[in-house]
Amino acid sequence: MSLQKFILKRILASVPVLFGVSVVTFALMHITPGDIVDQLVAANPNVPSHEAARLRREFGLDQPVWVQYLDWMQGVLTGDFGEVYSSSRDVSAVVLARLPETIALGLFGWVFAILIAIPGGIYAAVNKDQLGDTVSRFVALSGISIPNFWLGLMLMAVFAVQLDWFPTLDPQTSLLSPSMLWWLILPGVTIGTAAAANMMRIMRTSMAEELNKEYVTAARAKGLPERTVILKHVLRNSLISVTTVAAFLTASIVAGSVVVETVFGWPGLGRELIDAVHLREINLILAITLFTGFFIVLANLLADIVYALLDPRIRDEY
Amino acid sequence: MMALLEVNDLTVSFYTQEGVVTAVDDLSYTIERGEKFGVVGESGAGKSVTALSLLRLIESPGEIESGEILLDGDDLLEMTTEEIRQIRGNRIGMIFQDAQTALNPVYTVGEQISEAIRHHLEYDSDEARERSIELLDQVGIPDAENRYSDYPHEFSGGMQQRAVIAMALSCDPDVLIADEPTTALDVTTEAKILDLLEDLTDEFDTAIQLITHDLGVVAELCDRVMVMYAGQAVEKAPVEELYYDPKHPYTVGLMSSIPRVGDDSDRLRTIPGAMPDLIDTPTGCRFHPRCPYAEEACTRTEPDMITTGNGANGPQQSARCLEYTNDLQHGLGFDVTIDDDLSERVRGERHE
Ligand SMILES: Nc1ncnc2c1ncn2[C@@H]1O[C@H](COP(=O)(O)OP(=O)(O)O)[C@@H](O)[C@H]1O
Ligand code: SF4
Ligand SMILES: [Mg+2]
Repeated sequence: MSLQKFILKRILASVPVLFGVSVVTFALMHITPGDIVDQLVAANPNVPSHEAARLRREFGLDQPVWVQYLDWMQGVLTGDFGEVYSSSRDVSAVVLARLPETIALGLFGWVFAILIAIPGGIYAAVNKDQLGDTVSRFVALSGISIPNFWLGLMLMAVFAVQLDWFPTLDPQTSLLSPSMLWWLILPGVTIGTAAAANMMRIMRTSMAEELNKEYVTAARAKGLPERTVILKHVLRNSLISVTTVAAFLTASIVAGSVVVETVFGWPGLGRELIDAVHLREINLILAITLFTGFFIVLANLLADIVYALLDPRIRDEY
Repeated sequence: MMALLEVNDLTVSFYTQEGVVTAVDDLSYTIERGEKFGVVGESGAGKSVTALSLLRLIESPGEIESGEILLDGDDLLEMTTEEIRQIRGNRIGMIFQDAQTALNPVYTVGEQISEAIRHHLEYDSDEARERSIELLDQVGIPDAENRYSDYPHEFSGGMQQRAVIAMALSCDPDVLIADEPTTALDVTTEAKILDLLEDLTDEFDTAIQLITHDLGVVAELCDRVMVMYAGQAVEKAPVEELYYDPKHPYTVGLMSSIPRVGDDSDRLRTIPGAMPDLIDTPTGCRFHPRCPYAEEACTRTEPDMITTGNGANGPQQSARCLEYTNDLQHGLGFDVTIDDDLSERVRGERHE
């Protein structure tokens, strides 16, 4: 099987998954009481009840659930994700506007995680059971256990409020400008910490295991410098195990973005989702969930491709 | 003339939870230039630890406690890490028991040969590639040019071992250490690999330290043999003397259980008992719990390595048994009968 076929197959396989995600989300939104119109009425109690009924009719909310779902599905299949009820904007436009912010945050978190985890894991494995390893284990355990909203608040309190190194306001500049980094660092570190800690432990374990293998002795017996033995021979084998959990870590970063964006006032999809849930903006919720699901499928796929690049034995199976 | 490799009083211990394991105890031997030297003993005798010590690759919790390892007179144990790296893979090549685990699964076979050549001989990548292909060809890999870019899993077991041999020979070492190089292979492949080792070491005049638990393999290939038991040498002899006139009861025990080359039957079943725990070695002669000739004295007095006979080229045979210090009351009563198949092989070897 060629790589293209493999990729195509994986994308097709994601369709039923995404379908399932949409059904579950739809069902959950309908099981919980209240809808967008209730929210609008609550915000503005002067709205007469016939006006509310008219709105429900206009939004299609008076139809049976399955009709609503089919309507929505029909739209999606033609690329129309519907409107945001309260603002009449296109859902796709809202998602696309918020997407770059979330991607920037997630990427920053990932890069941060990798930059910490890989060298940290190597260091811990090479110094196994020594002080450095113990310290790294302690740091990793703290990183895994600390809730991200708490970490975010602490970072903000210390580095933004106390030391005044970073801005506390919402981002005031365009995403691509270099000074955006100042807004990105604290939420990025917050969102990447758990993944960094997890990955560091996995890296450490897998490298310690690889270090016991005979090919390592064989590489040393060839007279190669220890640096080459570790960074060429052992590292690549150790990364194989890390990639198998990378997709899982991506999911944790994506999930973390909801909380972190809210804590830091980051204008991304996560915060949009929270607002949408409050307002019962079903179309927006569905679009964001679906998009997130699709993104995780893509991340999985990417991890599998990296996996195949690292390990020739897997490559043969494609 | 100075021997190529001279190991003097080498002692290696492992500091384990259960206690200190002295895996190699006061071991001495020499290998001459171009010589084929066999090391024989049961599993756990300390053969692999000896081999790894020669490259200073003993890892924690192991430690080389004392001794000298002289390569052309220079003590490897006194060298800096940088100096010992210049020896590894360059002047001493190593072949491992299981080629499959000795090869890194994620790099091509060719790259794993080339990297040592680039490192030690300072070839550029094209030259190294060319030399690697030549080596693959020499060790009998067909279509070497194309197989260069194969990954280890695309090679059969025999081919993997050939590749490991190519790797070990890549920088034209003075001595090749082969640690049970055929144990993981089937009978036919084993015979072919042994032939290959013999041809190549002859061709390049490379000395070889061939480690095996199989006296049959030694008979095929070696000039001189050291028999190890519980971390010590118990007998050293030219291969002929060892077969026709063994001096140590343990050697005799090994001998009476010689299989044909490649026979996978349980090799040492004729010596009852098992090798002792190296944490708590028996007093006196370490072999006494299993020795059919053991006497009272054997449980108390530790025998020394005694020269027992002069080979054609000087004092060559020695054994570690109280018999040779006249401390045994009843003496050793074994007779050696050589089975035809074996004498055929030993003689065939000699007349070549
Ligand atoms: N890494 C290690 N840790 C503890 N003990 C070891 C280690 N490696 C070897 N030993 C000890 O050294 C003894 C000799 O091992 P080895 O040289 O591998 O035997 P063999 O003659 O079968 O090659 C073993 O019985 C074992 O007790
Ligand atoms: S010293 Fe005694 S126990 Fe040891 S080999 Fe000789 S006879 Fe056997
Ligand atoms: Mg061994």
